[in-house]
This record gives sequence, structure tokens and C-alpha cells, in this order.
Amino acid sequence: MPEPLTAEPGNPERGRLVVRDLGAASCLICHAMPIPEEPDHGDIGPPLHGVGARFTPAELRQRLVDPKAIDPDTVMPSYYQLEGLRDVLGRFVGRTIYTAQQIEDVVAYLATLTEDP
Amino acid sequence: MRAALTLAALGAVLCGALGASAQEPDPTPRPPISGYDYMARATQELQDDDFVNPGFFAIDRGRRLWSEPAGASGAACADCHGAEGEGLVGAAARLPAVDPQTGALMNLEGHINDCRESRMNAEPYVYESEDLLALTAYVSHLSRGVPVAVAVDGPAAPFFEQGRALFFERRGQLDLSCTQCHDARAGQMLRGDRISQGHVNGFPIYRLKWFAMGSRHRMFEWCNTSLRAEPFAPGSPEYLALELYVAWRGNGLPIETPAVRR
Repeated sequence: MPEPLTAEPGNPERGRLVVRDLGAASCLICHAMPIPEEPDHGDIGPPLHGVGARFTPAELRQRLVDPKAIDPDTVMPSYYQLEGLRDVLGRFVGRTIYTAQQIEDVVAYLATLTEDP
Repeated sequence: MRAALTLAALGAVLCGALGASAQEPDPTPRPPISGYDYMARATQELQDDDFVNPGFFAIDRGRRLWSEPAGASGAACADCHGAEGEGLVGAAARLPAVDPQTGALMNLEGHINDCRESRMNAEPYVYESEDLLALTAYVSHLSRGVPVAVAVDGPAAPFFEQGRALFFERRGQLDLSCTQCHDARAGQMLRGDRISQGHVNGFPIYRLKWFAMGSRHRMFEWCNTSLRAEPFAPGSPEYLALELYVAWRGNGLPIETPAVRR
């Protein structure tokens, strides 16, 4: 998914705030990340240290927007997808988990994670 | 050729009879592990001591309601089921179950309200009300230590299948099913919370997150809402069927009511 979703380039500082936001399906619920000031990182998905070295921004974007296109059985939610969902709770109907700009900000932040732990 | 066809037909019949489990292995963890084992030591200690376990406030209230006359009948639960509930020891471990008279699937809450309406001429309790939680806690506690043993064959089979389908259905904005966490990922961490196998042998539970008691259906509702999925109503046919399937997954676990969970 090489094309950015927004005209405004992703901002990695904003992206780092987005992934920490516990009210917004934080990455930390399932992934360990190099964010030492937050306790209790989850271990459902792989650690994200070094993820910026393993994947291009286009690949990271794909894995955020619709990881089920890569693995239909994954438990990773699609953060920018409205199709194929059922019984979505009222206040989330018609809304993606992240906005287009949040996707770009998070892609920009993840791209900075080039070091293994 | 004919023999081959017959064999194929027999295979199809067998697969149909065994349901989904014939095509894919049943992922239910065996033997089941109680949610207790996934709790932090401090939470376990809160459950272990009856004098500090906050669930006993509900049980004391339930014991009081048990012997209070209710409704136009002037009868109390104790009049039929024993002053100390001795007539209902073990009952909670077998619920939900299909009522032979009506063919309906009924859980403990349903039985209590049915008794109030049809025998005591009393108003049914509102689901999740303090009184209904107290009485379900009291009656469940009578079975503490009794292994869960719900029946899922015979008349219960269609409800069981409905519950199983719900357990495997991906729902909500996060697009997750019960099985993805509670079968496949029990023991793993969601932030600071260890995922349990999702058993219901300790309900109603005192949940630290709620500062309150909650029923099995309240927990289903909480889980669904966390997935950003529309919950079903407490007491709905969907949650009753799910309760049957989930209780069956924990067949053999001792009733722990009142369990304390995070």
C-alpha cells in the first residue's frame, strides 16, 4: 500500500502519542514497544522493536489498514476498514479505529523503530 | 462404485452428526483451568478468605432474602428448598438446563424469577439487580466445590450449537471472537491483564474493576462492548445459549462462588 492516505505527511511524534492512547485501541494492548514510560505491554502480537527496519512504510501501512489481506485469521484488527464487520457498537458505526491521519502518523512513528531491543 | 457411494454417504452422515468438530479439532483447552489460576496472588487471597471476600456481602443479603416471605403467596424460598438451602445443593452446577415442561433453556436467574412469578406470585427481579445477584450468589455458593456438569445433549443440543456458533463468531469493530482469546491465547497478556480461559464457575463474581458483583451475562456484555460490538441483553436467548456453551467448556471445574476477579 505505497500511497499515503493523506496529503499531510505522517508525524512520528504525534504517532507515538496515538499508539499510547489507551482509549484508542492502543498498540500496547497487544505489542511490546520501545516506550519504557508505559508499564505492562501486551504479548499477543510480536514486539515492534525494529519493525521499521523489517518493513517499508508501504508494508507497515498495509498491516495497519487491513492486516487481514495478508492473513485472514489474524487477531490484529484492521485499523482503517469499514467492510466485513458485524454488530459494531452504535457509537463506532461508520468509523474506522484510526483516522487516515492517525494511520499516517503511526506509520511514520513505526518507521523510526529501526533498532532491535 | 456403489460401495464407495455408500461410504461417502455414511461419512457425510457422521460428519453431520458430529457437527463442526468433525471438520476441525475442538480448540477448547483440556483440562479446563479456572480463572482463579490466572489471577494475581493478591486477588486470589481476597477470594480465599471468606471474611475479607467482598462477595460475601451479597451472599449475606441473599441468605436474608432466602427466608423472607415474598409476594402474594407469603412463601419464602426456604419454605420449599430448605432453611439452609439444602434442597438446592448442586443445582447451580447443572445450569443452564432445558426445562422439561416448557422446553426453554433456563439459567439460575431464570429459575429464581420463574419461581417468583409462577409459585410465589411475586414480581420477577430485574436482571442484574442487587437482589437477583444476591440470591444467585447465595444459591450458587450452596454448590461451592461441586464440579460443573451441564448437559448439552438431547433437548439442550440446539441451544449448545447456537452458543458455540456465537463463541466462534467475529464481532464488533475489533472483529474478534471469544475463541480467539479464550481458547487460543489464554495465559497471554493484554496490557497488564492475563487472558483467562473464560470459565464461569465462579459467578456471580466480585469484580475489582466494577467494585461490585456481576452476573455471567454482565461479563459477556462487558466483553462484547470491549470488542466494540453491540452486546445482547442480559437474559436474552443469545446470552443463555452462550452461557450453556461456556459452562460446558468448564465442565469438571468446581463452583467457586463468590469468586473474586480483577
